[in-house]
Amino acid sequence: MISEKLKLVSRVQAINWNRIEDDKDLEVWDRLVGNFWLPEKVPVSNDIPSWGTLTAQEQELTMRVFTGLTLLDTIQGTVGAVSLIPDALTPHEEAVYTNIAFMESVHAKSYSSIFSTLCSTREIDEAFRWSEENENLQRKAEIVMKYYRGDEPLKRKVASTLLESFLFYSGFYLPMYWSSRAKLTNTADVIRLIIRDEAVHGYYIGYKFQKGLQLVDQAKRDEIQEYTYDLLTELYENEEQYTEDLYDGVGLTEDVKMFLRYNANKALMNLGYDALFPKDQTDVNPAILSALAPNADENHDFFSGSGSSYVIGKAVTTEDDDWDF
Amino acid sequence: MARLVYFSSVSENTHRFVERLGLPAHRIPVRRTDPPLHVDEEYVLLLPTYGGGNGERGAVPRQVIAFLNDEGNRALLRGVIAAGNTNFGEAFCRAGDIVAAKCGVPYLYRFELLGTDQDVTRVREGLAQFWQQRSQIPA
Repeated sequence: MISEKLKLVSRVQAINWNRIEDDKDLEVWDRLVGNFWLPEKVPVSNDIPSWGTLTAQEQELTMRVFTGLTLLDTIQGTVGAVSLIPDALTPHEEAVYTNIAFMESVHAKSYSSIFSTLCSTREIDEAFRWSEENENLQRKAEIVMKYYRGDEPLKRKVASTLLESFLFYSGFYLPMYWSSRAKLTNTADVIRLIIRDEAVHGYYIGYKFQKGLQLVDQAKRDEIQEYTYDLLTELYENEEQYTEDLYDGVGLTEDVKMFLRYNANKALMNLGYDALFPKDQTDVNPAILSALAPNADENHDFFSGSGSSYVIGKAVTTEDDDWDF
Repeated sequence: MARLVYFSSVSENTHRFVERLGLPAHRIPVRRTDPPLHVDEEYVLLLPTYGGGNGERGAVPRQVIAFLNDEGNRALLRGVIAAGNTNFGEAFCRAGDIVAAKCGVPYLYRFELLGTDQDVTRVREGLAQFWQQRSQIPA
């Protein structure tokens, strides 16, 4: 498997968590530890009856989507997050990447746990073979891997953030879609936990990217910005084709693409850049959005005067001890 | 005259949204050692939601809690705007819900991450309208 030597940090100092150089490192570490979960805690076996209501084509699609996600999580766990360690600015940042790498391996394993609960060995093997033979899936893996191997720390962070915050979403769409139709709801709970983790990972790597940008001159910043939009465009075009390969058969392709563009914008924002796609191209199906975040679809635009859900909140007690009133 | 108070961590994400608004604003200090902020006129609070899996705990940055624990600051709060990320599911933009509920003020608007151009326009126009309507209410 090892075709070239992995880069390692040149010098290690004993990490001192009592002397923090960047508060974000500790804050994100605590957040990640607080969010820790394992797939075994989610009762996916309750989805067996629901799995039986899917057509053979829908089952096949679902398995293919999950093998694609498994590949990306494997890359991020064993190569992506690890490749960021030598570029870290603080020892605590290095530690955060080891946490990220481990959680990506948990994610990759959780798909296997869903498979073993719902599908036969033969079906699983077939889906894995499909993912190995699908050109567009392999291409997206290759594009990202190329930058992980490269010599540019900032570009590596861009590739990593685009993977965490954009490339997963052609796959994440499907369990959200099933969930919106009250199918495979426990499986969707697993995916929601993964989605939550990816948000913290994308935020943190994007933040470290922006710290890194502060250390280079304007010409380099311009180059990196151009590179980012070019790479996003390259990946987006590939993502469109991958989406067609998967979803044309069930007629969901256009709906998925809306979700892709919405998440592409969010990936750019994690890197500190402006959104690329205009609002009318990122209008995610409300059912998908509320499968993702149950209250996301409520009207919170008080300014428009149509805030039907708006009420002045009644006093609540929060469990946070910090509140003084 | 600043009628916007906001918090942004060292990530500067929310700070950048406020810069794009182009409105005068006071920033709640990031570090405990910084002098605390005291306001003396009505304001709208803009804050990010910290995402987590611990129910309601930790969604509101502790610096914002410290700011609102000051009774004088709290008495002048008129509305809240929150940023967040739908990836956090039920906790999406929860900081706004918590502040609105605890302080009994309207939850005016919410947006994702750095906000889009549409979000900037909505908030800028919405705030102007909000303060104008309030000024027409006889005291």
